[in-house]
Amino acid sequence: MVTQDITPAAPPGLSVGRRRALTHVTIFAGLIALWEIGSRLGWLDPLFYPRPSDILVSFWLIYVQNGNIWWNLYVTLGLVLMGWVAGSVLGVGLGALVGFNPLVRRFLKPYVIVLEATPRIAVAPLLIAALGFGAPSKIAIIMLVCFFAPFINTLSGVVNVDQGRMELFRSLRASKMQVLRKLVLPDAVPVIMAGERLALTAALSGALVAEFIQRDQGVGSMILIYTRNLNMASAFACIFTLTIIGFLIFKGMELIDHRVAYWKNEAGLRRVSDRRRAHAQTEGLI
Amino acid sequence: MTTATVQNPNRTAATGRPVVIQGRGVGKTFGSGAVVALEGASFEIPKGSFVSLVGPSGCGKSTLLRLIAGLIDRTSGELTVHGKPVTGPHTDVGMMFQRATLLDWRTSMENVLLPTEITRTPTKADKDRAAELLRLVGLKDFLFAFPSQLSGGMQQRVALARLLQTGADILLLDEPFGALDEFTRERLNIELMRIVAEVQATTLFVTHNIAEAIFLADQVFVMTPRPGRIVEIVDVPFERPRPLSIQTSPEFNTLVARVRDMFGDVH
Repeated sequence: MVTQDITPAAPPGLSVGRRRALTHVTIFAGLIALWEIGSRLGWLDPLFYPRPSDILVSFWLIYVQNGNIWWNLYVTLGLVLMGWVAGSVLGVGLGALVGFNPLVRRFLKPYVIVLEATPRIAVAPLLIAALGFGAPSKIAIIMLVCFFAPFINTLSGVVNVDQGRMELFRSLRASKMQVLRKLVLPDAVPVIMAGERLALTAALSGALVAEFIQRDQGVGSMILIYTRNLNMASAFACIFTLTIIGFLIFKGMELIDHRVAYWKNEAGLRRVSDRRRAHAQTEGLI
Repeated sequence: MTTATVQNPNRTAATGRPVVIQGRGVGKTFGSGAVVALEGASFEIPKGSFVSLVGPSGCGKSTLLRLIAGLIDRTSGELTVHGKPVTGPHTDVGMMFQRATLLDWRTSMENVLLPTEITRTPTKADKDRAAELLRLVGLKDFLFAFPSQLSGGMQQRVALARLLQTGADILLLDEPFGALDEFTRERLNIELMRIVAEVQATTLFVTHNIAEAIFLADQVFVMTPRPGRIVEIVDVPFERPRPLSIQTSPEFNTLVARVRDMFGDVH
């Protein structure tokens, strides 16, 4: 017969996924080992490239022995959350307002373009001058950095409503409010969620910049102070902490996105479909 | 054959059925008279009949449908539905388009219930009706599927069920199966005839396929472009229900040839 299995047989006990993971771990371990050896043999300047083993010690110091990162993490993540929420509310609200109102859109558009062209971080010193040192100016900086993606995505989501669907709603004599609630907003949800993902990542960067400028507390300040004291191992421990947080934020947002925009992924479709069927059964529909 | 042949009203009386849609010199121009989309359309459509609108692009088929639906305003003539002049979107008619225009975030059931939701909170009876209509269009196993889980043909079936859920007794179908493959389209056409007969709806069906137009309809409005107009209204004599095989009969093909000649005449 011609229906021979053409995929190479996997070694017994290991799936393709497992083998890939194993390859990645091996390569990663190799790189770390190379780094460690390079530092020890003097190929890498230990002042700027501390040994992985030293970084590991620093992790122990800042998390357990001194435990000084916890408070700073709390401060930084608190800022990220507040700045992100503020930026989102502003971005989505303004995006929806501009999207629904052609008149507002026409007059606001030039300003939006100017704002997009301006590096928003450049405004940070002005915000500090206006709001003073402390949390409010930091939140304002984060807000400014992260509001743009939700704004532009909400705007395009609201404006780009499918004309065929619009005609359907018109032929059903739907009110403006019904068009908004049953068509425009649900239709825009996936794009808005994509904007929120970008915004949250931007918020983390914004928080660090704000802390670099003000240097009083938070993980950003820690990195700055450790670097000044040439304690690079601890600075790296902070940076890797942020890497992990960035990754968790990305994954967390992905999870929320899959829940909220359930019709954009297979698992979501199946889950909601099953739920609707179960609900209909309790109603005695089927 | 450049002048519109106005149908003899006596024939309508002869069917013994009341006229539900009536047009007298209906016209539509776009852009301050620059484009004449439809000119001098006069017709009478009796209750429960199936009318096909056939013609090449730009002949005003879709325009006529949208005028009847009240989605656009006519620039001349009189147009009444159930004896009342059409002034805007109204609930006597329901439309269906080439694209299913389903809402991706709603199941088949929720999509079918949309027209009800626009007017009131759906009751148990409304939901039962929606489920029944989905069974009628052959989707009893897909009540809780989402559009992305359905084939193109199934999506159009949902759209048809949604159209029937509006309770409109006039169905305006704008090339509803035009985007589907030949086999699916043929099967859906047969089911469409069965369904509209069952719900006793008056149906206007836009197509550019002459054989399809004749096969489905009691009357075929033959339309030509530049300017868009109805050049002739052809009565289709075949008995219902019609098997697919009538399409190979000499009478059927004579009729197809006759309609095709009407286009040859103009071009």
